[in-house]
Amino acid sequence: MINRRQFCKRAIIAVGGLMLPLAALEIFDPRTLQAEKETGNKTRWGFLVDTRKCVGCGFCVKACKIENEVPYDANVTRTWVERYVVTRDGKTYIDSPKGARDGFTSPKIDQNHHGMHEIPPQEVTKAFFVPKLCNQCENPPCVQVCPVGATYQTEDGVVLIDRTWCIGCGYCIMGCPYSVRFFHPVHHVAEKCNFCYHRISQGMKTACVDACPFGARSVGNLKDPDDPVTRIIMTERVSVLKEEYGTKPQVFYLGLSKEVK
Amino acid sequence: MGHGEVWTLKEFFVYPNEYIYWSIQIVMYPFMTGLVAGAFVLSSLYHVFGLKQLKDIARFSLVFSLALLPVAMMPLMLHLQQPLRGINVMMTPHFTSAIAAFGIVFTTYGLIVASEIWFVYRRFIVESVLELRAKGEKTSAEWLKLTIYSVLSMGAMDLSPEALNKDERAVTILAGVGIPVACFLHGYAGFIFGSVKANALWMTPLMPVIFICSAVVSGIALCLLTYILTMEIRKLIAAYNRKTYPKEQHPSPEELGSVELHVVKTTAKYLVMFLVLAITLELLDLIFRGYTAVRSWDILRRVIYEKDFVKIFVLQYGMGNLIPFLLFLVPGLTVRRAAVGCALCLVGIFMMRWNVVIGGQAFSGSFAGFMEYKLPLWPDDLETFKEGLMGALMVAATPFVLFYTITRILPVFGVKDSH
Ligand code: SF4
Ligand code: SF4
Repeated sequence: MINRRQFCKRAIIAVGGLMLPLAALEIFDPRTLQAEKETGNKTRWGFLVDTRKCVGCGFCVKACKIENEVPYDANVTRTWVERYVVTRDGKTYIDSPKGARDGFTSPKIDQNHHGMHEIPPQEVTKAFFVPKLCNQCENPPCVQVCPVGATYQTEDGVVLIDRTWCIGCGYCIMGCPYSVRFFHPVHHVAEKCNFCYHRISQGMKTACVDACPFGARSVGNLKDPDDPVTRIIMTERVSVLKEEYGTKPQVFYLGLSKEVK
Repeated sequence: MGHGEVWTLKEFFVYPNEYIYWSIQIVMYPFMTGLVAGAFVLSSLYHVFGLKQLKDIARFSLVFSLALLPVAMMPLMLHLQQPLRGINVMMTPHFTSAIAAFGIVFTTYGLIVASEIWFVYRRFIVESVLELRAKGEKTSAEWLKLTIYSVLSMGAMDLSPEALNKDERAVTILAGVGIPVACFLHGYAGFIFGSVKANALWMTPLMPVIFICSAVVSGIALCLLTYILTMEIRKLIAAYNRKTYPKEQHPSPEELGSVELHVVKTTAKYLVMFLVLAITLELLDLIFRGYTAVRSWDILRRVIYEKDFVKIFVLQYGMGNLIPFLLFLVPGLTVRRAAVGCALCLVGIFMMRWNVVIGGQAFSGSFAGFMEYKLPLWPDDLETFKEGLMGALMVAATPFVLFYTITRILPVFGVKDSH
């Protein structure tokens, strides 16, 4: 058996060994993330979705796929539209077949493995559509977890992916609470909506905003008080998705219903 | 087809981009890393805490942990969509990411294991060099051996008692330093999961501790099982030799057998200790979740008690924990019973990894639907090979091949080391 002296000696060795890898832990410092963001930038891109105006036509999804070269038939998409149907017995049915690329043409609800669910019209108490896209979070977990820094945040708040540097580990996909990320079927790297950064940084609107015939989507500069998007966000009752995760989403919703997941 | 589409089955409402992205290889990753860490901890029990009964299995498990080491990163490489860029992690480590520390911790740990083995085997290496040099006519195999041992000796040929004493001290220090690093290596594998706030099943600070405890269990179980099997094979070889070369001296089966039972009994004690710890923590986590019942509990409960009931309660807790626990605790432990217990423990720990990794992706982030992973059995393409049964089997078989190769140079039985 060991005596006290030996035990102390060995304990010191063990603690010493622990210090070594702990030195690597010091680096999990969220303040660096914060410091990177506190720049005197004049632009902060934000998005406004008016769920009351969305009719579920899917034009935005289609336009996005073409604009951003996400294979048209692949079952992944940068933006999608969800349909919510609430019935009289209080149940909520949700679906988004092919991300609603072709719009909602059937009253039947797609339950994936469980087939199509038919709801008699008289049972429906309310139904609506909710477009989704990357929230360009203020505090993006996807950026935090990327081991190589391939996912990064620009000064104007948009989260981008460096396709030449991503190793394809999928950690960011796991880390995003909104599940907006996927692997690009052609490039085999992480992929997601980037607010059409190539367009907005040139003074244009995003492809989905341009494609929406009902004005349900709009993009704007949140640091400009005269921007129409900013004005609405400042003056009306807007909400964000999954606030509890602390990601501080910058996609705002008008008329969001409590059923929305 | 999107990545993951082939093996993901969706039920009810799941977000369009959701698939099982972390498949079997990410189950293999903590499983294999756990084995490395566990094997090392077992070997350190002797080197650091001087548990003399474990001497034989200590060297065995040390070499085994070296064989397991490269296999810890194999599943990661197989899982990456861009495996050729794996090195980017070392080039631009992004320190807010839990995975980024992998390279550093892994390398530190690898160096510790390699140097410890060197010190343990230095005497053997030097003696082999001297012996081979003294030989007049040498076959080409002997020349090769001489070259290998000469390189391995790194010119440190001193075999004086002081030098050997120093070796011994170095081994103790390295083994001591190695324990926390091994635990860290695996604990932080748990942190990779535990820190994902978007995943309701993974999000718990207990994850690293649970991972460490079960890692030690699996490491000990694997070493013990392989030890038993190797001893059996040795007995067969000895019996064969006795028949074919009756004139020479051979160890009797009783001799080999009694050593074995002694080692097995002591090792099993430690296994049971860590097993109890692991189960306690896991149950604590489960009870805590049910008791606090936060928003995600509804869907978690459905996954745990309905969808994955068989995998969690029958395979993991029942077959993998409870039965081996009884097998080890009922008095009069035999070698055979220990072997069965170890095998079941390994199944249990594997299922635990499976239930964490795959189970954690079994429900949609919308909390409204479910996903199931259909393990690709027969590969149709590279993807289903890498992330299917074949890829997993390949990963599982590699350490044994490596172990065999290493023991050709550094035998684990019948060696005099500096101790
Ligand atoms: S929504 Fe997801 S992908 Fe987009 S910034 Fe936030 S965490 Fe990242
Ligand atoms: S998949 Fe690519 S972008 Fe995502 S965390 Fe891994 S390396 Fe970063």
